[in-house]
Amino acid sequence: MSTVVTTPPGASKLGPRPRSRARKVKNVVANILISLTFVIAMVPLVFLVVYVVQQGAGSISWSFLTADLPFVDRFPGGGMGPAVAGTLLITGAASLMAIPLGVLGGIYLNEYGGTRPLARLIRFLSEVMTGVPSIVMGLFIYTLVVLNTKEQTGFAGALALASLMLPIVIRTTDQMLALVPRELREGSFALGSRRVRTIRTVVLPNAAAGIVSGALLAVARAAGETAPLLFTIGLATSTNTDLFHGTNTALSVQIFHNATSSFTPAQDRAWGAALTLIVIVFAFTILARIVTAFFARRQAA
Amino acid sequence: MTSEDGSVPTLVEPTAIVIDVTTDVEAPATGIEIPDTPAPEEEPERERELVFELRDLEVRYNGHPAIREVDLDIAANEITAFIGPSGCGKTTVIRCLNRMHDLTPGAHVLGRVTYHGEDLYGPKVDAAEVRRRIGMVFQKPNPFPKTIFDNVAYGPKLNGRKRSEMADIVEHALTRAALWDEVKDKLKQSGLSLSGGQQQRLCIARALAVEPDVILMDEPCSALDPIATARIEDLMEQLKAEFTIVIVTHNMQQAARTSDRTAFFTADVDDEGKRIGRLVEFDVTEKLFTAPSDPRTEGYITGRFG
Repeated sequence: MSTVVTTPPGASKLGPRPRSRARKVKNVVANILISLTFVIAMVPLVFLVVYVVQQGAGSISWSFLTADLPFVDRFPGGGMGPAVAGTLLITGAASLMAIPLGVLGGIYLNEYGGTRPLARLIRFLSEVMTGVPSIVMGLFIYTLVVLNTKEQTGFAGALALASLMLPIVIRTTDQMLALVPRELREGSFALGSRRVRTIRTVVLPNAAAGIVSGALLAVARAAGETAPLLFTIGLATSTNTDLFHGTNTALSVQIFHNATSSFTPAQDRAWGAALTLIVIVFAFTILARIVTAFFARRQAA
Repeated sequence: MTSEDGSVPTLVEPTAIVIDVTTDVEAPATGIEIPDTPAPEEEPERERELVFELRDLEVRYNGHPAIREVDLDIAANEITAFIGPSGCGKTTVIRCLNRMHDLTPGAHVLGRVTYHGEDLYGPKVDAAEVRRRIGMVFQKPNPFPKTIFDNVAYGPKLNGRKRSEMADIVEHALTRAALWDEVKDKLKQSGLSLSGGQQQRLCIARALAVEPDVILMDEPCSALDPIATARIEDLMEQLKAEFTIVIVTHNMQQAARTSDRTAFFTADVDDEGKRIGRLVEFDVTEKLFTAPSDPRTEGYITGRFG
């Protein structure tokens, strides 16, 4: 089939071919629809961020971030210090448990397990676990730990968050390792390297960017969770740095409690806490990007 | 082809049983001529020292044979080329020689492969140790995403060579791979910053740095331009003095130019329509290309099929 393209005199031969009216209309309609869906998708996002900043920015101050909570939530003043500390400590402890275990699990799945029945079972279970509602994780730790120790502690909350993070870390590690080219592994094996050494010196450095950013995103996810902490850590109005004894608190839990209160000072604190939490989560996300970029640059160099 | 100077490679001490080729010649089913035991009073003609002996080799992937009934002898300080059409099992055979199939799930090696007389698949053989003695260069250059120096030092480090020796080892390996002059000022740069031909020579240097006995090359030039290919071929010619080289190639001219002996493989199609590779002919390269004894070899080298 050959179509004769008539080029008007003076026009470039390499310019666009004349298009039919129908195609022009379709093009315009498609462009409008695409732009519209983008705008619609952005509305809740922008609205949420702007509104939280508007409502919360007024409460934010150094004393808000460090001061203890008031004993009675209808009193004005006080701060979110215990909650900020609690969020950082509990999420940190959860990360210390979930990330090493998850990375090792992912290494087992991709490097050793392959398609063996055990590996397939673990892979399947971790996929199922990713879909388990976070409140179920909270209940699980509540019945398993809190009811047995008869105490709500930061550590119980960390355990709940860790069980939430674990499947995410396992899956991202597994997937990132699967992306390492087979040729590199073979190159290492062909030099007489054993499996552990190949994993340590060739496979992991190649997958590091993906694994680290996956882990940081899991941290960000855990930092924002409320449900797993509700029954496990209890409430506290002053900073408790001991994760193993006494109740604790976290930003997400404080948002829940203060926002459901009918008193204005409490609601204002909830907004302030919401903004603080968004900033913390956002910081982790940015950090994940920076780490990925750092590793990507090092690979290319 | 017996090496003219009659040198016996002493790079690697054979690990265990050394086959005494003068007395212990089994009747091979290969049709390869193995000279009779020379009479003691005659000036003994130097035997080809056999590095690999393949007997009735068969490789299965998930139970289905990919190649069968391969009998082949590979001698020291020779270049042995494997040629044949795509899918005939050349790569499958070469990967048997350093136990690369151990890493392929579902792959199963049957038959016997000996290395300096020792069963390569014996129960006490450590595959990692095998691969230290039998190096491999792959089809696609696969330098590690590390510096040029670290790429070459990777193997020696594994073998516990001291850090202080490393600079010398790296220089020596890169020199032997004919790459030193091009990279000596940028050893700290990534191996991936090199051109394709340089990357392949880096991979050769990386293999040489482990001081292997054999170098297996799986289509080492298929991703390279003719100039880079010529450099690798020159390099092979130099390396032959110290190493035994086995090369898989799609390029018949390359086999004819570089190798001492050539094995021609082809694939049969079975009843179920699956391909099974077979060794058709194995002979001195010159003879195989000028007077092949099998019509299928002749058909392939004259371009009638494949």
